[in-house]
Amino acid sequence: MRTLRRDDLVCRQVVELVSDYLEGALSRRDRKRFERHLAACPNCTAYLEQMRVTIAATGRLTPEDLTAEARDEFTQLFRTWTTGEGGGHDDGPGGDTAGGGGAA
Amino acid sequence: MGSPDSDEALLARLRAGDESAFLVLVTRYNGSLLRVARTFVPNDAVAEEVVQDTWIGVVRGVDRFEGRSSFKTWLFRILVNRARTSGVREHRHDTYDPTGPAVSPERFDATGAWAEPVAPWESDVDDRLVAATWGPALRAALDGLPERQRDVVLLRDVEGLSGEDVCEVLGISEGNQRVLLHRGRSRLRAALESELAARGR
Repeated sequence: MRTLRRDDLVCRQVVELVSDYLEGALSRRDRKRFERHLAACPNCTAYLEQMRVTIAATGRLTPEDLTAEARDEFTQLFRTWTTGEGGGHDDGPGGDTAGGGGAA
Repeated sequence: MGSPDSDEALLARLRAGDESAFLVLVTRYNGSLLRVARTFVPNDAVAEEVVQDTWIGVVRGVDRFEGRSSFKTWLFRILVNRARTSGVREHRHDTYDPTGPAVSPERFDATGAWAEPVAPWESDVDDRLVAATWGPALRAALDGLPERQRDVVLLRDVEGLSGEDVCEVLGISEGNQRVLLHRGRSRLRAALESELAARGR
């Protein structure tokens, strides 16, 4: 058994740091503490892998495909939007420059 | 301008009024928009309205898009703004979702170490089978997340936006985004763990 250093993390703390670790948001020092714990702890290593699997599986949830009816509807709408009502009427969104969509 | 069917190339054609470019973009993103819209509004009909509104915004606002963010980020920002102004869901930035530890406290012993071994999942991973078998459980768990956690997980992990882009779309701070993401992901992991246990592995 290795002896516990004063700044060693325990498993209960490690599980709260997993997202920050995966997002690269831990300080250098905390990342080292985190990785030192992992190197000695198969349970937390397995837990980190479970989180990775969860994230990967979440990323594979596919949205519904566009139905043929919806496609026809959008075709009609596009024609209305681009030819129909007055072009000068400005109710569009802002651009993508800073400040367009809600500040920090 | 990169590949001819890149978002940027399609936008250039859309600026010139090209209907087919518009339809390619709609085919590419409409499902994602609906999925995100549904977390802001109570039913499919309202979600469809908000999404349609978003596409009007794209068609009318395309001249103002300067490519400083990705098209996808811009698109989601329009969607979220429309969804919020539709007024269906009250967003209260000062309140947090119910908190709680990532893992239930009784899983740890008095020293804070795992009380029981954590089962490795590696063997269950990698294939498409996982998506097929876990998809329904995961979808249900995602739907069951507190709404602000769900917004962040949807944009970050399901749609694949960067953390920074998620903050921009939702108008939240980086720190808040990471807290919500962590809680959401932790709950999804726990749901998959229960699912595995229920099937008896």
